[in-house]
Amino acid sequence: MRYIGKKIGMMLFTLLVVSLCVFLAFHLIPGDPALRQLGTNGTPEQLAALRHEMGLDRPVMVQYCSWLLGIFHGDLGSSYVYKIPVTGMLGEKIPITITLALMSFVIMILISLPLGIYTAKHKDGKIDHLIMVLNQVVMAVPPFFAGILLTLVFGMILKLFTPGGFVSYHTSIPGFLGYLFFPAIAIALPKSAMAVKLLRSSVIEEAGKDYTRTAYSRGNTTNAVLYRHVLQNAMIPVVTFMGMTLADMVAGSIVIEQVFGIPGISRILLTSINNRDYPVVEAIILGIATLVIVINLFVDVLYRILDPRIAKEDEA
Amino acid sequence: MKLKHRNRFFYAGLIITGIVLLLVLVGVVYTPYDPTAMNAQEKLQGASFRHLMGTDNMGRDIFSRVLYGSRITLLIATGTVALGAIAGILIGAFTGYYGGRLDEVLMRVMDALFAFPSILLALVFVSLFGTGTWQVMLALGVAFIPSFSRIVRSEFLRCKNADYVKSAKLQGASSLRIMFWHIMPNCKNVILSAILIGFNNAVLAEAGLSFLGIGAQPPYASLGKMLSDAQQYMMTLPVYVLGPGLMIFSMVIGFSFLGEGVRE
Amino acid sequence: MSDIILTVTDLNITFHDHNAPEVAVEDFDLTLEQGEIVGIVGESGSGKSLSALAIAGLLNRHTLTKTGRIIFDGQDLLTCNRNVLRGYQGDEISMIFQEPMTSLNPVKRIGWQVEESLRIHQPEVTKEERKARCLHMLEAVGLHETEKVYRMFPHELSGGMRQRVMIAAAMIGEPKILIADEPTTALDVTVQKQIVDLLIEINEQKHTSIIFISHDLSLVKQLCHRVLVMRKGEVVESGDVDSVFYHPQHTYTRKLISAIPQISLED
Repeated sequence: MRYIGKKIGMMLFTLLVVSLCVFLAFHLIPGDPALRQLGTNGTPEQLAALRHEMGLDRPVMVQYCSWLLGIFHGDLGSSYVYKIPVTGMLGEKIPITITLALMSFVIMILISLPLGIYTAKHKDGKIDHLIMVLNQVVMAVPPFFAGILLTLVFGMILKLFTPGGFVSYHTSIPGFLGYLFFPAIAIALPKSAMAVKLLRSSVIEEAGKDYTRTAYSRGNTTNAVLYRHVLQNAMIPVVTFMGMTLADMVAGSIVIEQVFGIPGISRILLTSINNRDYPVVEAIILGIATLVIVINLFVDVLYRILDPRIAKEDEA
Repeated sequence: MKLKHRNRFFYAGLIITGIVLLLVLVGVVYTPYDPTAMNAQEKLQGASFRHLMGTDNMGRDIFSRVLYGSRITLLIATGTVALGAIAGILIGAFTGYYGGRLDEVLMRVMDALFAFPSILLALVFVSLFGTGTWQVMLALGVAFIPSFSRIVRSEFLRCKNADYVKSAKLQGASSLRIMFWHIMPNCKNVILSAILIGFNNAVLAEAGLSFLGIGAQPPYASLGKMLSDAQQYMMTLPVYVLGPGLMIFSMVIGFSFLGEGVRE
Repeated sequence: MSDIILTVTDLNITFHDHNAPEVAVEDFDLTLEQGEIVGIVGESGSGKSLSALAIAGLLNRHTLTKTGRIIFDGQDLLTCNRNVLRGYQGDEISMIFQEPMTSLNPVKRIGWQVEESLRIHQPEVTKEERKARCLHMLEAVGLHETEKVYRMFPHELSGGMRQRVMIAAAMIGEPKILIADEPTTALDVTVQKQIVDLLIEINEQKHTSIIFISHDLSLVKQLCHRVLVMRKGEVVESGDVDSVFYHPQHTYTRKLISAIPQISLED
């Protein structure tokens, strides 16, 4: 427990450092956002006024502190381009992207756990070989290409969903989730292939260790050895991989949202990057960085539950 | 039995990669059409002998554009992996060999970099420095440093107390000489395998970025951008989607088969 | 004391990993009486561990064939149904291994692992009773603060303690046969002696028959009643410990005996 407290402290510190890096990166690069907004035909007075209005005439650290304080009040600043609060712009979109990422994550787990265990158990069988080759193929398909193919096959030919016919979660939750299903598959497929491969080799490696022989010597069945002894050990590297994958899936959502016409944060992020609308970009990047750090904390805790040896090392 | 299985992967990878490289190399000196030349009379045509993969919505020859786009993709992937590998190997070697404070700080930074999705890192880069081939290469290259530095560091940690290092030290070899003359050759297998994996990831990441419109800018062809343009025509002109898509797929699977084969 | 509880006849173990079949154990015979301790000695690769694993029903690779008979409780362990075999494993026949560190599951608590045989073979035993028996067993193998050990993980124990835990886990079902495959090899010399004493104690109190595999003749001499000397897959000599030690018939046995440091011969 004390460990978790320490970890959360460290996490907050990391977040602070990250927020500073993000802020400085966007404020120290050449190019004056006020100048860009005003265009080339503004007078110096207009420019100064605009800079004051945007708060750009203050020292950088003051700007940073007021930005940081703002975050605690739920204020992420205003878009340079649209002149509306960033929170308002993103509030509607974030649940969509998060849902898509989580759904992909769940699908990955549902695919990879059974397949990984099955292929390890039937190592070098026909089905194992088939799945391993399929795995290599799936890993080589970029998610957006998979997305396009899924749209073509399931959307246009089989008509299982309407491409571009996104359903808002305000309208219908099942419709919303239903529309996200195929995009989530596109994100989950390559990651599932990697997870299957990792879990398979991890199970096979653990199954060759001495403690499985001990387990057999006590009269365990093969399944009991697998599920009561081997699996927990085999999951240790897989959990790390999956933790990292969740962050990747948020990033993957950005691409896939474009393929399926999903109004998540993707479009806003891309247009904001093109428009150099820094407050928006900053907010999204900081949000994702926070997510990554929080996920890492989770993985860390899970890791310690799975592997008591780690806990021991840290206490020492 | 096992060996044969591995070799099959290796040869399949060799053949696929060979074909891809051959096509790209031919594309450097000869493409059937100018990849940027538009032809209003021949818009959105299907595959034919005149246009092997048909033409796009601007009447450009898709096959020529695929060849050109693959060249860009390979170029960026090579640059990315080179940058990531060189910087990563140097960082890994020094931190692994010397350890201490520097090691701790650098590894923390690497961990943070590693945890952050590379596509997003590239997006941050692009929003800071503008879009373009070089920015993408630099951004992805930086994102690839941690994977190399980590494995090289752990190899160095493993090797630095080996007997041959001790005996080299006794003979008065300098630290640099020990690091790059004695220890580095032992890392070549893991580095080779990391390079092949890195190449895969670089191709996939570049394709993803150019799909988002980041990277090589129009009118120049890039595989990802072609796919995103092709999306609205996929029902009427599937070859428009399949051409660039299968090209990316072949590049990645060729290298991943090679990687599988080399690993043993 | 002539209740024969285990008879092994003509046990042959052949590997098929490579092109030519490789005979690892040839015509191995063994009878084990109730309460008897039989040692199997030989250098590494002599087939002693393989024979033991075969008796414990733990040799099940596809690349290997076993012929002969291993009769226990009226059943041939080589040909009987897997379920029948599993019914004996951990309940009637238990085994401990050379590496106490890797032989325990690193992510499971000691109590859970020691209780496992009970959970499998005596599911009717309540949780509380299982724990009580486990704690009792841990104490019986010479561990202190058993409540604490019960909740520990293997990495928190020393090598000797781990081997005691392994013995506790093997003995909790009160098996008729305990197979000990080089149980002391990975341990310090002083700890070795303690483990051997513990095995003697178990044998005397519970009348458990023990098959003790070792390359260390002096330990075998301290512990065993009877001994089999193996070399290159064959039993070259067998008989009671004293006659084998003082009147070795086979030259190989003589060589082994002359290699023992003198101090241990005189005790």
